[in-house]
Amino acid sequence: MSESCKFKRYVWELPVRWCHWINVVSIITLAVTGLLIGKPYSFGSSASDFTMGWIRFVHFSVAYLFTVSLVSRVLWSLIGNEYAGWRAFFPFLTSKGREKMIKMLRYYMLVDKEVPETIGHNPLATTAYTALFAIYVLMILTGFSLYALHAPQGLMHKSLGFMYAMFSNQGMRLTHHFSMYLIFGFIVNHIYSAWLMDIKEHGSEISSMFSGYKFTVHNEKE
Amino acid sequence: MSRQKIEEESGLIEHGLETRDCSIGEILRQRGVSRRDFLKFCSAVTAAMALPASFAPQVAQALDEVKRPTLVWLEMQSCSGDTEALLRSANPTVAEIILDILSVDYHETIMAAAGHQAEEALDKTIADHKGNYICVIEGSISMKDGGVYGSTGGKSHLDRARQVCGGALATIAVGTCASYGGIAAAVPNPTGAVGVMEAVPGATVINLPGCPVNADNLTATIVHYLVFGKIPALDSHGRPLFAYGKRIHDNCERRPHFDAGQYVEHWGDDGHRKGFCLYKMGCKGPATFHNCPTQRYNEKTSWPIGAGHPCAGCSEPAFWDTMGPMYKRLPNVPGFGIEATADKIGVGLVAGAAAAFAVHGALNALRKDKEPSDETKEG
Repeated sequence: MSESCKFKRYVWELPVRWCHWINVVSIITLAVTGLLIGKPYSFGSSASDFTMGWIRFVHFSVAYLFTVSLVSRVLWSLIGNEYAGWRAFFPFLTSKGREKMIKMLRYYMLVDKEVPETIGHNPLATTAYTALFAIYVLMILTGFSLYALHAPQGLMHKSLGFMYAMFSNQGMRLTHHFSMYLIFGFIVNHIYSAWLMDIKEHGSEISSMFSGYKFTVHNEKE
Repeated sequence: MSRQKIEEESGLIEHGLETRDCSIGEILRQRGVSRRDFLKFCSAVTAAMALPASFAPQVAQALDEVKRPTLVWLEMQSCSGDTEALLRSANPTVAEIILDILSVDYHETIMAAAGHQAEEALDKTIADHKGNYICVIEGSISMKDGGVYGSTGGKSHLDRARQVCGGALATIAVGTCASYGGIAAAVPNPTGAVGVMEAVPGATVINLPGCPVNADNLTATIVHYLVFGKIPALDSHGRPLFAYGKRIHDNCERRPHFDAGQYVEHWGDDGHRKGFCLYKMGCKGPATFHNCPTQRYNEKTSWPIGAGHPCAGCSEPAFWDTMGPMYKRLPNVPGFGIEATADKIGVGLVAGAAAAFAVHGALNALRKDKEPSDETKEG
């Protein structure tokens, strides 16, 4: 139990929280519809139904939503506060960041017993987010490349020409399908770590993603 | 046409090459093809070129007037399936147009001449009509070890292709092998097989992939040249847009079943008998660009999906290596053994992560950690 009185600090700005929850909803929707597109269930009872049509419509619409959310988050990493900034996502580039990463790693490996406090992102987490971001980009590119096949010679098809040069069509499908499981693996890790830190840090880790506020050992104005 | 003129032209036909002075329309009349059949052919070929029906009279007029072009047909590493497809085109008018009316001066499989005589005919044709003849190539070209794995008349396929395609007005690569190397080029590609475009980089090549080529698309390509005086617009793989500009999936007669969610689950099940979508049986229609659904094969009789078999994607580059497996949606993950699907590996990965974190969580629950204090605070 905490002996000290903690200070409230505004960490996650509104666009950061919005992007986070839009991503959550998008990923769940995209995974469910995507699995049904990859291995459809015979829902249709008549040829006049449009079940697969709607499933694909939802998948493609939410894919656009997810892409917009991701692009917005990248822009916000140039505009937002230090916790949202792009520098936080490359902690391994600075010696201070590397030091924090090692401390965090030692704690996770059950070597150290003291939780290092992190006000913004945990440096190990942001490293994972950078990898995750690369998977997102891969998902968006392979997804839209497969989608663009409906309009050959169109703008999207032509601008994704480099993707068709790099991937075979089946390779693209496999990559798009398998990367979903990599994201699932990340989600397991992410939820567990948030839960663990919420318990260990007493810094309101989970609710901060709703309210934006965390609780820190010392005052921001100190 | 006067009786005298017909006799003159009949005489000319016997003199071989000189008959090129007659227009295609005149030759057709001599062969007893009725005007009605000719116009029917023109309408069909206009549709094959994806042109509006109003173009049919223009096509007829152009074919009436245009001089027949010289065409040589070379066999490389092939199964002659494309020749077979051409000879089996059931419509006599279409076959007539291609085989008789287009002056096929050299076609190894069907010509009467043999040996040195045949080789001389080829040399004479390409010398007399340099820059003006159309070359059709069937089969892939072996490039490995200087192209020693394939030869005709003592000359390697590569040398022949360079010699003949180099002087051609245009080269039409018929079938997937001539277009992209096809089955001969599949891993491990022992002969170093490639398509014409890769073997003769400077040549003007039109690819008509498919296994076999749809003879109607070949006719339409030649007619397009005769009518407009230029080769048709091509996509990034060198295929005419009129035949390969649309995806099979988007023109498929079974598409309503795809959108509805009605699929064949097993061979011969109720859905298969009712003609439902073959998507779950590994159909590559969503990734294949060809006009099969509209043009069909063998005088528009049928085509693979029409006959209840999923599309194999035969008209796509490197289809043998990259469009498989034929009866599954997704390939297996390379490097993980034969039955390692993405789903199995993925579920294993997620379950493994969950198990690892569960153990981590249990260990953490047993530990008494210090929460951040003044010593461990950040900032």
